[in-house]
Amino acid sequence: MTLVATTMADARTASRLLPATLTRGRWLSTIAALTGVSLVTLLICLQIGLERIGLADLMAMVMRLVRQEAAPDGAATAQLIVVHIRLPRILLGFLVGGCLAAVGVGLQALLRNPLADPYVLGISSGASVGAAIAVVLHLVPAVVPVCAFGGGLLVLLVLYRLAVSCGPLAVHTLLLGGVIVSALCSALIMFVTSLVDPARAFQIIAWLMGTLSAPDYATMGWLALCLALGLGLLFRHAHALNLLTTGEESARSMGVDVERVKRQVFVVTALLVGVVVSVSGLIGFVGMVVPHAVRMVVGADHRLLLPAAGLVGGALLVVADTVARVILLPAELPVGIVTALIGAPVFLYLLMTRKGGLA
Amino acid sequence: MSAMTVERVPAYRISDLRFAYGSDASNHPAVTDMRCEIAQGEIVGLLGPNGSGKSTVLKLLAGLLMPQDGGVHIYDRPLAHLPPDELARAVAFVPQQQPAWFPFTIAEVVLMGRFPHHRARGGWLGFGWETREDLCQAEAAMEIMDVMHLAGRSIDDVSGGERQRALIARALAQAPAILLLDEPTAFLDLSHQVEICQALRRLHDDRGLTVVWASHDLNLASQYCDRLLLLDRGSVARIGTPAEVLRSDLITSVYGCPVLVDAHPVSGVPRVTLPGQAVSGAR
Repeated sequence: MTLVATTMADARTASRLLPATLTRGRWLSTIAALTGVSLVTLLICLQIGLERIGLADLMAMVMRLVRQEAAPDGAATAQLIVVHIRLPRILLGFLVGGCLAAVGVGLQALLRNPLADPYVLGISSGASVGAAIAVVLHLVPAVVPVCAFGGGLLVLLVLYRLAVSCGPLAVHTLLLGGVIVSALCSALIMFVTSLVDPARAFQIIAWLMGTLSAPDYATMGWLALCLALGLGLLFRHAHALNLLTTGEESARSMGVDVERVKRQVFVVTALLVGVVVSVSGLIGFVGMVVPHAVRMVVGADHRLLLPAAGLVGGALLVVADTVARVILLPAELPVGIVTALIGAPVFLYLLMTRKGGLA
Repeated sequence: MSAMTVERVPAYRISDLRFAYGSDASNHPAVTDMRCEIAQGEIVGLLGPNGSGKSTVLKLLAGLLMPQDGGVHIYDRPLAHLPPDELARAVAFVPQQQPAWFPFTIAEVVLMGRFPHHRARGGWLGFGWETREDLCQAEAAMEIMDVMHLAGRSIDDVSGGERQRALIARALAQAPAILLLDEPTAFLDLSHQVEICQALRRLHDDRGLTVVWASHDLNLASQYCDRLLLLDRGSVARIGTPAEVLRSDLITSVYGCPVLVDAHPVSGVPRVTLPGQAVSGAR
């Protein structure tokens, strides 16, 4: 049965729905605007630090790098700071923030809960246990993300088993399971750190607080590739995630292969969280606050929400990290503390004002 | 109407259906020994007291639950073998009222019904942009359900009745041959109840839409359904025309409550009322 026969004449009447829906034009203009804002943010943050480096100096640096000239004596230190310390750190912050926000969007859709994020489910904790074990055992650095992925995936599998045994992936079982798994993981981390010498234990604790330390460009390349693949897989299901927010049964009745989408989104989530945790430790609340705020502005359609939250999350974490870098000069704060100080009150506020709380 | 509905095979053939919740075989089954056929273009009302299995039967017909025994054939094809998107183009399901967690606009909600029609689904980043046809179908569905003026409103700040109508419009946007509804009129005022029933009746008359509709409202079902299926603790107590099913002895025993059945003064269909008591003091 079709309700109407479509003709060319209908094109004009159909436009009545367009203001209320996501169109390609709105998608492109929103993404373009957010990309511009993000770039400007990165550029501003690049100038800020112990050594203030102006826009003109940055331009001169770019010109020198393009022409492959050596920097004059006065500017050599500044160039070293920008190219090898500040820029990689800012790029890392952008990647990490973007991934956390996108993963948050995906989890919130699957759990139909705008307050879910990788921390609520204990995925980050699981990943941090995996990474901590790898660090304590003195494994080569390349193995750390793999162990973190393993830890995150293990948590997801445990939750999945738990939820499947109580019916088709019951949402509340999953949330409650996440809380318990987080507690278990904290205990495991404390156990691991108590085994090693105090200096090493302090290192692990500092990493757990969430710090962005600049990797070299080759590592960054691999990281970017890994995260891009994960995000691509997540975006592939953007349309299905829209339907999943209305409930699993109703999504299935509209033709979504619910179990397959759920499985893939969970695995991608574990992958992204594993990689992110292994390079930056536990950075909380970006995955919850950013999707929530972006949704209020651009609407709930995941085709726009996912990339928009990614851009905003990236820019926001870079800003938070810049604050962490400069607020106690010459000392630095872990960025995780800054995001928690901003994010936790927002979380509480949302919890109190939301109709029906977490239910 | 899709190609597979052309022959006059029954829309549904239900044979020896048995379903119990949970894996425990000793569980009291929610549906047992159910067998019946539903013809194309029929409006069937699914009646029965709370817990009699109305919702379960609807979910079995929608392919959301898989029976432990027996089977459901849709246009003579086993429902269990249909891929999800093909099933969704043939059957649309309107669930009972559920909360909305995300601020989609009504237009976006209705357009979700076009999902099984997107050829490009799962293609480039799964974007599946709406085509002109999607927009036209969604708009027609919204006109039928009288929610066009709500297009830009968020689903979480419209009334329960408006949301219900939007969900029915979403199901119609799927352009199904069969529409399953779980208590669609429960949250609606009288005029919108009648509006929805008449809209369904019109879709049935004009386009041969098959409707299976679970309801607690015996009189609404009596007025708008071709046949009624009365469920009693998971099995069929009676299936037939409203006159055959709505009999005071049967309704009294199934619902455990004495009722009066007479003829509707205008349409002549059976009318079920509670016997009532004289209010003390009224002379």
